[in-house]
Amino acid sequence: MTLPPIIAALKKHKAGVILITLQIALTLAIVCNAVFVIGQRVATVQRPTGMDEQNLFVIQQMFVNAPSGNGAAAVEQRYAMIQGDLATLRGLPDVESAAAISSLPLVQSSNNGGVDLKPNQSNSTARSTFYSVGEQAIHTLGLRLIAGRNFTAGEITHDVHGGDYEPPVTIVTKALGDKLFPAGDALGKTVYFNGGATPTTIIGIVARMQTPNIGFGNDYTWNSVLLPTFPNDSYTRTAVRAKPGRMAEAMREAHKALLAADPMRVLAGFGGLLGIQPFSEIRAKAYRADVGMAILMGVICVILLCVTGAGIVGLTSFWVGQRRKQIGIRRALGATRTDILRYFQTENLLIAGAGVVLGAILAVGLNLWMMKQFQMDRMSLAYVAVGIVALLALGQGAVFAPARRASRVSPVEATRSV
Amino acid sequence: MFAYYLDLALRSLKRNPALTALMIVTIGFGVAASMTTWSVFRAVSGDPIPQKSAELFVPQIDNWGPSGHAPGSKSTQPPDAMDYTDAIALMRAHRAKYQSAMYQIADSVMPKHLNQSLTMVAGEAVSSEFFPMFDVPFEYGTGWSAADDANRAHVVVLSGKLNATLFGGRDSVGKVLTFGHRDYRMVGVTRDWNPQPVFYDVVNTGGFSEMAGGIFMPFTTAIAAHQGANGTTNCQQPPAESGFKGLLKSECVWISFMVQLDGAAAVRDYHQFLVNYAATQQQAGRFTWAPNVRLRGLMDWLDFQHVVPPDTKISLYVALGLLLVCLVNVMGLLLAKFMRRGGEIGVRRALGASRRQIYAQFLTEAGMVGLAGGVLGLGLTALGVAGIGLVMPRDIAALAHFNASLLFATLIVAIVATMLAGLYPTLRAAAVQPAWQLKSN
Repeated sequence: MTLPPIIAALKKHKAGVILITLQIALTLAIVCNAVFVIGQRVATVQRPTGMDEQNLFVIQQMFVNAPSGNGAAAVEQRYAMIQGDLATLRGLPDVESAAAISSLPLVQSSNNGGVDLKPNQSNSTARSTFYSVGEQAIHTLGLRLIAGRNFTAGEITHDVHGGDYEPPVTIVTKALGDKLFPAGDALGKTVYFNGGATPTTIIGIVARMQTPNIGFGNDYTWNSVLLPTFPNDSYTRTAVRAKPGRMAEAMREAHKALLAADPMRVLAGFGGLLGIQPFSEIRAKAYRADVGMAILMGVICVILLCVTGAGIVGLTSFWVGQRRKQIGIRRALGATRTDILRYFQTENLLIAGAGVVLGAILAVGLNLWMMKQFQMDRMSLAYVAVGIVALLALGQGAVFAPARRASRVSPVEATRSV
Repeated sequence: MFAYYLDLALRSLKRNPALTALMIVTIGFGVAASMTTWSVFRAVSGDPIPQKSAELFVPQIDNWGPSGHAPGSKSTQPPDAMDYTDAIALMRAHRAKYQSAMYQIADSVMPKHLNQSLTMVAGEAVSSEFFPMFDVPFEYGTGWSAADDANRAHVVVLSGKLNATLFGGRDSVGKVLTFGHRDYRMVGVTRDWNPQPVFYDVVNTGGFSEMAGGIFMPFTTAIAAHQGANGTTNCQQPPAESGFKGLLKSECVWISFMVQLDGAAAVRDYHQFLVNYAATQQQAGRFTWAPNVRLRGLMDWLDFQHVVPPDTKISLYVALGLLLVCLVNVMGLLLAKFMRRGGEIGVRRALGASRRQIYAQFLTEAGMVGLAGGVLGLGLTALGVAGIGLVMPRDIAALAHFNASLLFATLIVAIVATMLAGLYPTLRAAAVQPAWQLKSN
């Protein structure tokens, strides 16, 4: 079978051919970009926070009767209340450890600032999240300390309230350490926070710890600083590690024990910001929009491919119906059934081929436009390549049924009028 | 004649039921995907206060100077929010018709009955002019007075929703509410007022927040009570002094500000006032840079703050792309279908039908496909709007509703789009030469 007769036949249906080519091209462009969005969202959702999230739950609550202000008495009383809660939690049979922490990865509430190499630096060397932590934090969160040491009990201060981010020692993530000291020798080095002048020594490095915010434009997702400043506020966040497999029990016990210890606290509501939640719930909530977007794009892709596939089936069926007489003549002149099948398959390959070439250009153009409009990343050409193969396969799959019907046209049709 | 075309269209559509179904389903899905995502887009990008938005403006004052801009960026935008010093100076100057400094507050509310558990409520610290400026409707009572602002009165206004939760929706004006540690007298209850986006304070609420705006208290009272800011506080430098007092003295930005200005002259004057104010600060040595101020209209401001989430836009564009493909598909199918009826067209033309009548006949057929697709699309759109909460953030998805306007829009888009898609096939059908058709048959 040679191409010229096919092309000659296609010229008879110029408009139809152009439309189906255009449809395949648009489908390819949209599907490539939608699948790219899905791929990005899935990658985002799957990245580990750096914590051991199994058996980890979080208590976010507010003391109603905690004193306000920064007077020494108020600070001490709040500290006593929070330590009281921690002691209650640590005493529970199913709790392994508990730690006070100002924020957690993915909870979307953060204290961010700059980390500098020189005192009073006007432009920070790196942006980072500051986590203020009490004792047992690294163990409770399950962070992996890969160099240096943990804070000692004596290093953790509790008499600062907000404002003070310049303690003598700190633990940073490897990502932040490497950003500040590209030689990879951050341990033992001195840094300054928020353009301040107080030197802080890096005493430990954790492998990974994500920042609380996951929104667009956060380019310091892995830059975290742990400060040994006990979070002292009437609004508290506590990370609790349950004994393996005992999380549900531990959460129930914690709820009961905390309310028994002090009923004057808000332990529920506020749009799910307060309460006792497994970390998995916080993760699901944080990534809900990303998962949703991936599903939405997936649904649209499926509809799109179905529409295009069905469109090819419909249009080819029409053409087959229109050409029954010609097919009959060809059969009568000696063409085999396979020849007829091949004819329609080749014809579809030609149309789909033109469609995917145009579609590939459109796909890249659409990606460039989305990069400009929505700060999207550059799409790997692998997506386009896979898309091309998929659409050619879709075309061949869709054309098969009508083409087979064509191949079954009897040679006797040649003698009948339409 | 129209009835006859309808009859012809029905006959023709019945002749290829599979193909007709394919076109209807294609239109249905394409329209439903577009209308579902559009309903969300419409809800989040709409004007939250159409009767007033042209008169509302957001002033910005650069209190950070050139070093406050992101390293390496060419942007010279002042911070998105205000520090306490500038907010108070603008309130005192009182140069606009109405003005309000605002920040988000949140605290516990004591239950009325012991068997209820404590709840947490978010709201906004605002000036007395907030209520007339935004035409806030009241179910009971009113806002507070300017004297209450000056006296730091312990008064609050509750949202209708919170009043329903706490007081069963009864007239609670005059009752006392314990918010945080303090008692406040209730002076008003709003009537179902929870604009989305929370246009008056997008910086602190993030734009969409079902929790926002439960309770309103005087800005001055909240400051005096050291009621902490429950939003975004951005500091270029850490405050020299710790705590709330330190925050008030700092250059940290955390306060939203909005003014009402009637007319272009008022806008010009206010802009000049901002420039003069910044110049005064420069002369006083507080700013070491030339005045850098902005005065954006509300809709500009919402656009500038990217209140419409990018995902909402991407979804809409992708869904519109889907609709386009569906239309191309239907166009191809209609073309094939119409072109096969050369014989029929030839006979009709030979019997005296004009081109115009052929147009009418085939456009009627396309319109019927569109109508059927639209009806299917209506069902699918209703399903889509109901299910969009599964895939979009709840605060945003909750704003999309299936209402009469969406219903009509769906039908009209389906019919018009299909007729547009049918235009070219119809043109081709009408161009059929009757003589040639009759001869070849």
